Amino acid sequence: MPMPRDEHQPVPEEPAPLRVIGTRPPLYGAVDKVTGRAVFGADISLPGLLHGKVLRSPHAHARIVSIDTSRAESYPGVHAVVTARDLPEGAGERFERDNTLAGDKVLYVGHPIAAVAAESPHIAEEALALIDVQYEVLPPVLDVRRAMEADAPLLHEALRTWSLAGQAASPSNVAEHLQHVKGDPERGFAEADVIVERSFTTTMVHQGYIEPHASTALWHPDGSVTVWTCTQGAFPVREHLSSLLHLSMARIRVVPTEIGGGFGGKASSYVDVVAALLARKAGRPAKVVMGRDEVLKATGPTPGTFIRVRMGARRDGRIVAAEAELCYEAGAYPGSSVGSGADTIFACYDIPNARVDGYDVVVNKPRTSSYRAPGATPAVFAVEQVVDELAERLGIDPLEFRLLNCAREGTRRVSGQPYPRVGFAEVLEAARAHPHYRAPLGGPNRGRGIAFGYWGNWAGQSCCTISVNADGTVSLLSGSVDVSGALTGIAMQAAEELGLELEQVQVRVADTASIGYTDVSAGSRTTFGTGLAAIEAACDVIAQMCARAARLWGVPVETVSYDRAAFTTSLDPTKRLSFRELAAQLSATGGPVMGRGNVDGDVLRRGGAPGLHIADVELDPETGKVTVLRYTAVQDVGRAVHPGNVEGQIKGGVAQGIGWALYEGCFYGEDGQLLNPTLLDNKLPTAMDIPEVEPVIVEVPDPVHPYGVRGAGETPIVPVAGAIANALYRITERRMERLPMTPAYILERMGVI
Amino acid sequence: MDGKVRVQATINGQPVEFLCEPRQSLLECLRDVLGLTGTKEGCSDGNCGACSVLLNGRLVNSCLVLGVEVDGQEVTTVEGLAGPDGLHPLQQAFIDHAALQCGYCTPGMLLAAKALLDREPEPSEERIRQWLAGNLCRCTGYDRIVRAVQDAARRMRREADAHAEG
Repeated sequence: MPMPRDEHQPVPEEPAPLRVIGTRPPLYGAVDKVTGRAVFGADISLPGLLHGKVLRSPHAHARIVSIDTSRAESYPGVHAVVTARDLPEGAGERFERDNTLAGDKVLYVGHPIAAVAAESPHIAEEALALIDVQYEVLPPVLDVRRAMEADAPLLHEALRTWSLAGQAASPSNVAEHLQHVKGDPERGFAEADVIVERSFTTTMVHQGYIEPHASTALWHPDGSVTVWTCTQGAFPVREHLSSLLHLSMARIRVVPTEIGGGFGGKASSYVDVVAALLARKAGRPAKVVMGRDEVLKATGPTPGTFIRVRMGARRDGRIVAAEAELCYEAGAYPGSSVGSGADTIFACYDIPNARVDGYDVVVNKPRTSSYRAPGATPAVFAVEQVVDELAERLGIDPLEFRLLNCAREGTRRVSGQPYPRVGFAEVLEAARAHPHYRAPLGGPNRGRGIAFGYWGNWAGQSCCTISVNADGTVSLLSGSVDVSGALTGIAMQAAEELGLELEQVQVRVADTASIGYTDVSAGSRTTFGTGLAAIEAACDVIAQMCARAARLWGVPVETVSYDRAAFTTSLDPTKRLSFRELAAQLSATGGPVMGRGNVDGDVLRRGGAPGLHIADVELDPETGKVTVLRYTAVQDVGRAVHPGNVEGQIKGGVAQGIGWALYEGCFYGEDGQLLNPTLLDNKLPTAMDIPEVEPVIVEVPDPVHPYGVRGAGETPIVPVAGAIANALYRITERRMERLPMTPAYILERMGVI
Repeated sequence: MDGKVRVQATINGQPVEFLCEPRQSLLECLRDVLGLTGTKEGCSDGNCGACSVLLNGRLVNSCLVLGVEVDGQEVTTVEGLAGPDGLHPLQQAFIDHAALQCGYCTPGMLLAAKALLDREPEPSEERIRQWLAGNLCRCTGYDRIVRAVQDAARRMRREADAHAEG
């Protein structure tokens, strides 16, 4: 199969029957995971290993006056103490460097300041208490709107707002003001018969992966270093190490371990540089494993937000104008997900006139990181309630209203790009046809809500190699780490393309010395982008083996083809070699065959994945407790390579969305202390809290992928809070303007308390 | 800290002797002293269940038990689940039902489920959900874990029946 398919070529009505794609084989690595053999970040052990611990700021905002490490250094069992002074002069980008080990200021409670390597984690912890840091405590700013005010405390004296007008002259906590405008919003609102405007606030939420970050560094006598780490991307970790240590990439090998959840949070590097510094200074390998409180205090939550949405529609049900203002907390350093929030907020709809303003704002909380469809969930929570209210005011069924206004092929997004083929309407129609949408609620204090969300998948860059073994099996190396089954989906695409059974494909994650640059496993890109690389590597293998067959048979290579696991030539029907037969002859016909796939998926124009969710909830009017009774998630996934994995992504994403909607959050005191740094108080959903989510897979193939694959992993979290809010409205007749929608908040909205 | 303590215990059916500091948790002893890294640390304060093991058949968070406390006791970890004949029915059911994604909570989840099925061979779905509520999973949304435990329970009852008849 050629790859990639020309985007202008129509997708065949009846795709060729597939043998591997669309089946549900066991997850790669599952046996190791159920027997405890899988090696995760903290499981790395080396002879002479030291244990590192990190000293963290007790203040949300302070100037560091002095650091005295001498008592810690002389503590028995301590082998090294490091601070920012141990980083090479001028190394790395300033904010990256300061977030790794603080320079002259600390900007959040938990900000790393120093680290100790000792014989045991306990000794290292004891030594941390002996490091004397003098602070000049400064007033913190914790709320995004307060941080935007002119007289707010400044986190970075040198930060100037970037906008379309260039860089501002005076310092500000607003790192960026972005804007998208389409059509004429003022004229659009003038045409509207109904206008709804509401404002929403959402709190920071942590990704909540169960495995804390862990990194182990070993320096070699030649000055090179090996780092084992649990990460969503070994190559970005290598780049980060190279930049902050002033070390050639050829001297760094990053070995990704199994990863115990990431959801975007392990796309950032926190302790890798610290482990490397400690190991180098101590002259022994060092491992740094974060505690849960460190994870919750100092690793990337997703931004808290303030979002204002205004939308107008005509009596005929057409949305004619929309505007949104999104203010996102970046945490201590610029780089919130406001960009993708702004990109996503009106993404489901065809709106002729719209304006979106986004603000990336620093506050005295940890630097935010990606979290599953970064920036989209708060935006969709806001917009879907406004859309729901418009439909109600117009007396139109909420699903019909969305169908009337949904984006279609060619619709130009507010952020500029026109859509390729994406199954917005197909998803809505599948939801409308689903029995859940019309099923009776079956009791009082129950409500049903829907919400429509979208995530525009990232493709990124990926590498794979495929080596042919003499027995006709192949060994596939992936540059992507295995996040929740992605490796199985990548191997399945290679097997499909090669005409082999999945059992004949051995698949492993490569370290950074063994394959070319591959982006993080994130952005719903891995099965798509690294799948493309696997397909390209498979095509390369087939091309090389066709040449071998041609040589064996003495025929021109153009006459040789490969189909159904057999090589044939059009010149001689008696000539036929199976993949296995030819593999056995490689040694005698020119040596090994290794195929390569190295792709930049971003050069392909492509669409993302829309999802429509239907939520039934029950509210206890006395306590405010919400129970999710029934949940259906309809999603366009292009083609489900492994439907079981896709369903798993949908179920897991919805579970996270339910937690975000109802109780999860990082709550801070006025002094910037995180009030809930445990999993008892930062409650994640348990088996008692999540109903059996029903995924409904819609397959509208993505024309740029040979098998039509879209990314599937992130969309499932996007509509959840909005769907639950709309369900709660049916019960309470109150719009929910805050996340999480805790019992106290719901009762407050109802006027009960 | 001076003075390591000698601990003799039965771990996964094998007699084991090790030295540990009085302040080390059972979780630390399993992972750092004995190299049994199948048991995972997620929080070290008893809230996530990733470190679940069986102590004399009873489900505990090994981060909340001191190593010295297991002297003379029996401990079962994930490494002790599979027998010479292959995987434990729970392990096989977790694979068959895709009841794991990242796999980090899986060892604890398996031990928690085993503790339940050892005492209640036929638990209801509600009972399974309640029992497993001390074990956090962030990937799956739980329903496949519940299905796997129900399926393993069926398999184990069948095996027990066959054993009784045989």
